[in-house]
Amino acid sequence: MSEGTSEATGGIRDEWPLYEIFVRGKRGLNHVHVGSLHAADDEMALRHARDVYTRRNEGVSIWAVRADLVAASSPDEKDPLFAPAGDKVYRHPTFYAIPDDVPHM
Amino acid sequence: MPDHDSAYDGLLESDDSHWAFGTSFEDPLAGVDTTIPDGVDAHALGEYALMLGDDALVYSHRISEWASRAPDLEEDIALANVALDLLGQARLLLARAAAAAPSLVPALPAGSPVPPEDALAFFRDERDFRNVRFVEPENGDFAVTVARLLVFSTYRLALLQRLVGSRDAVLSAVAAKGVKEVTYHRDYAGRWFLTLAQGTEESRRRLEAGLRLVWPLHDELFRTTAVERTVADQGVGVDPASVADEVDVLLEQVLSMSGLERPDVPPSGGVGGGTGRDGRHTEAMGRLLAEMQVVARAHPRGRW
Repeated sequence: MSEGTSEATGGIRDEWPLYEIFVRGKRGLNHVHVGSLHAADDEMALRHARDVYTRRNEGVSIWAVRADLVAASSPDEKDPLFAPAGDKVYRHPTFYAIPDDVPHM
Repeated sequence: MPDHDSAYDGLLESDDSHWAFGTSFEDPLAGVDTTIPDGVDAHALGEYALMLGDDALVYSHRISEWASRAPDLEEDIALANVALDLLGQARLLLARAAAAAPSLVPALPAGSPVPPEDALAFFRDERDFRNVRFVEPENGDFAVTVARLLVFSTYRLALLQRLVGSRDAVLSAVAAKGVKEVTYHRDYAGRWFLTLAQGTEESRRRLEAGLRLVWPLHDELFRTTAVERTVADQGVGVDPASVADEVDVLLEQVLSMSGLERPDVPPSGGVGGGTGRDGRHTEAMGRLLAEMQVVARAHPRGRW
């Protein structure tokens, strides 16, 4: 192990690419983002995800996505993107009386 | 001694709401008939379970030494998972050994709550351990660890695949659970073996050195003891010599894909005519046991 420290003196170590991990739980319907990890390639990302994120019986399916391939909204656009929805209460169908025997509402 | 109820008794409360995500853990021995099959030498069955259990226990402890020291966080957890899989196998196998051959279990002070499998793990001396010497030596660097894990998991997977057909329902169930686990261990080690072999000059050099280092104890894996011959004849165990060819072919495949030569080193001799299965171990074994057993031995009435 001590022989590996030469990298530390040479500055920042080259890191494996970052992957975002999504796991579908036994009881859940969707893949849910659970975290991220480093891996050399797609196959290793799946194996690492299995080891890191499903060791407590959480999952039945894994997606791994290269973090740099995710198109993400910018925090700078937060207001134009999301603030307009904040006061449109009428978009929620809350003005109807729902009969007691209607399920799943 | 209580009969088997659940392999996870004491680990799981009946209320599983304290688990953040995963629940509904499976008990590998649920519904399994724990009686010793007709015509089977119970003591030999116990000694055999002890051999397989000690392989898993000692190797589990060795691999667990990587925790917090592996090259990456992801590898750290991967190796810890391998160690935990083996520890789970060890627990079931040592419990089976104690049930089949109670005389193997060391005596503890009256009133000690230590279960028989823990007594076997933590209160036996080195000479009473029956594991192969292959699993004892220090981990070395990551390449040594990968080389050893590849050879051992290839060997153990071949053994467990045959042990699924055991007439002993408990060994069969433990083997069925173990096959899934060790398949992953072999896959993990095989991938890293190829990666290191075809990586940099330095990774290849270290892998070659690692393989040379672990190879001299590899022949011992396939040496048949009298106990193994007895349980194989009675249909409850596997003669390790019977998996030698299969393991050899599989390792040859990995070696040729990696472009590595089989190490040309002579096998390690026994100690006083015996090997690990006879209780003759390497120098590293004593230190490993000292660390593994010290806390339990200091508290023989401890409840964990």
